[in-house]
Amino acid sequence: MTQQHEESTHRPGVLIFIALFVLFSIFLLSQLAAETRFVPNGKLVEQPRFWPAIGVLLMVGFGLAQIALSWRVKAGWDPGEVAVWLRAFEYLIWFMAYVAVVPVLGYLATTIAFTTALAFRQGYRGVRSLGAAALLGLTIVLVFKTGLSVKIPGGAVYEYLHGPLRNFMIVNF
Amino acid sequence: MELLGSAILILARWDVVAALLVGSVGGVIIGAIPGVGAAVAIAILLPATFSLDPIVGLSALLGIYGSSMYGGAIPAILINTPGTAVNALTTYEGTPMTERGEARRALSLAYSASFYGAVFSIVCLILLSPVLAWIAPMFGSREIFLAALLGVILVVLAHRGQILLAGMMAGFGIWLNTIGLETLQYSQRYTFGQTWLSGGVDLIVVVLGLFAISQAFVLLVESDKRAHAEPITGGLLSGFKELAVYKRVAAASGSFGVMMGMIPGVGEFTAQFLSYTYAQKTSKTPEAFGKGSPEGLIASETANNAVPAAAMIPLLALGIPGEALTAMMLAVFYVHNVIPGPGLFQNQLDFVVAIYLALLVLNVLVLVFLLFSTNILLKVIEIPTRFIGMAVLTLSFVGVYSLRNSAIDCAMAAGFGIFGFIMKRFSLPIVPIILGMVLGGIMENKLRTSMMRVKTPFDFVDRPIAFLLFLIIIIVLASHAFGLWRGFRSSRESNR
Repeated sequence: MTQQHEESTHRPGVLIFIALFVLFSIFLLSQLAAETRFVPNGKLVEQPRFWPAIGVLLMVGFGLAQIALSWRVKAGWDPGEVAVWLRAFEYLIWFMAYVAVVPVLGYLATTIAFTTALAFRQGYRGVRSLGAAALLGLTIVLVFKTGLSVKIPGGAVYEYLHGPLRNFMIVNF
Repeated sequence: MELLGSAILILARWDVVAALLVGSVGGVIIGAIPGVGAAVAIAILLPATFSLDPIVGLSALLGIYGSSMYGGAIPAILINTPGTAVNALTTYEGTPMTERGEARRALSLAYSASFYGAVFSIVCLILLSPVLAWIAPMFGSREIFLAALLGVILVVLAHRGQILLAGMMAGFGIWLNTIGLETLQYSQRYTFGQTWLSGGVDLIVVVLGLFAISQAFVLLVESDKRAHAEPITGGLLSGFKELAVYKRVAAASGSFGVMMGMIPGVGEFTAQFLSYTYAQKTSKTPEAFGKGSPEGLIASETANNAVPAAAMIPLLALGIPGEALTAMMLAVFYVHNVIPGPGLFQNQLDFVVAIYLALLVLNVLVLVFLLFSTNILLKVIEIPTRFIGMAVLTLSFVGVYSLRNSAIDCAMAAGFGIFGFIMKRFSLPIVPIILGMVLGGIMENKLRTSMMRVKTPFDFVDRPIAFLLFLIIIIVLASHAFGLWRGFRSSRESNR
């Protein structure tokens, strides 16, 4: 396990990731005075600035030490790794689109559409696979919204439904 | 006796029993699916339990926490893929046993060793509770601060080979926890003028992003891994007889699990490596290790399953989580207005005993479930991994959105998802972020309150427990520094 951990800093791209993180930490350190308050004559540990400073200093200190130690490691850069990151970004967009559509179309319709469309995007084409994806969406809604009554608001389209059906849809789906 | 009766009354409700059943069976199934694990499941289900009674929600999540490693042993033994990360050592012995046609024996041994480890740990927990109830009130603010500091130090040092990265991530966690309005001077910290940051960064959003959404991304971008395992024929109870043959290894591994579980930041990995090494060193057939040794399998599974109950000790007694899963459990306690710490042992000891009993019951439920349904669970292993990724992503939405119906929370969780995804690609440590967030908050509060009564630095450690904790911190840091110096010296000598 230790060997695997040591090798993790030798993988292509990892040093760049760490360097970007350290740059972010340095940016946070540069903003410490502007983004936190220092109360004159107050005790050090009671300063609002004290704990953010500890967090950011740990990030910068350990990060710079890691870069200094890994400086000579010739891990290089693998464009394939960026392609994998971009593929993950695609699913982030899918997720955020799902988040945006739920309040409009409602949880039931959006979830079934989301799981089925995502299964299609994943390359599943058979009726059985797509049906299983739709069933997965339906089950999630039935368990969480209908069964456990988790707080997910009804869709805006439910407003077009009449009386009892509208209430039923808002409460259960 | 009255206490036990009161604890049984807390548990003797249909909804608590149902939650335990669903949690434990669900935990086994989740554990059996490679690439999901208890952390993902608890992260997703956490917000769904908010509307439930405290003991009902906790029972369901405890069920998952305590049972996932049982399920994780199944793919580890049958298809050489650990269901949860902590079942990795089980593959060393389980797979060779399966290859020589002893899959039933290996599974039976894993189940009995897991059951023994869990029950051993729960019994220790019950026996220790009077001691904990006696010690816990001695923990004031400064003792809890020092224990939390020790926790952070141990979490960082436990990442051997990645200590600098773990320290960096612990710092990140501490910083994340400070974002938003602080409650002493009512000033904003690192909000950059954004009102949506005033409320701070919710721990559950970070947990869901780093554990669940990132894992969904990992599964979605990879190609499907389809596995097939042959059905098991014959009974699975014979492992208990064989466990009795290796009772020394089982007892030692259980003890390692309990000891390592109690120390914040150490957990299953160290426990199982210590147990495995001990079993190999003391075995009459050390050459069989890695080739299907029953002793190795017992050592690994017993130690793993002894940890969850033991990890509840610092959580319940001091309110200090030792690893990511107990950090999530802490969030559940807080949400349900149950504040772990010395007060819990003083005022709600029946609730604590009810949790112990729930742990005991869930292990019995899991064992019975596994004895009759292992072949059904083999179907779970065959689900394509990208399909599972899709399910995890869809379920993550429930977890984040149901918190406060905020699209911003979802965007933040997705951002942490990408961050966690990249970290997982590089095998970088994620757990210190969560523990930094949780322990950072505890340290900030406790240091402030304790400094009100401290005039000189020596006053801080003038109480026995505080002094002992301070001493332990010094010893841990000094022994690590000594180890570094020795390693540096030996590498310099080998270069000459």
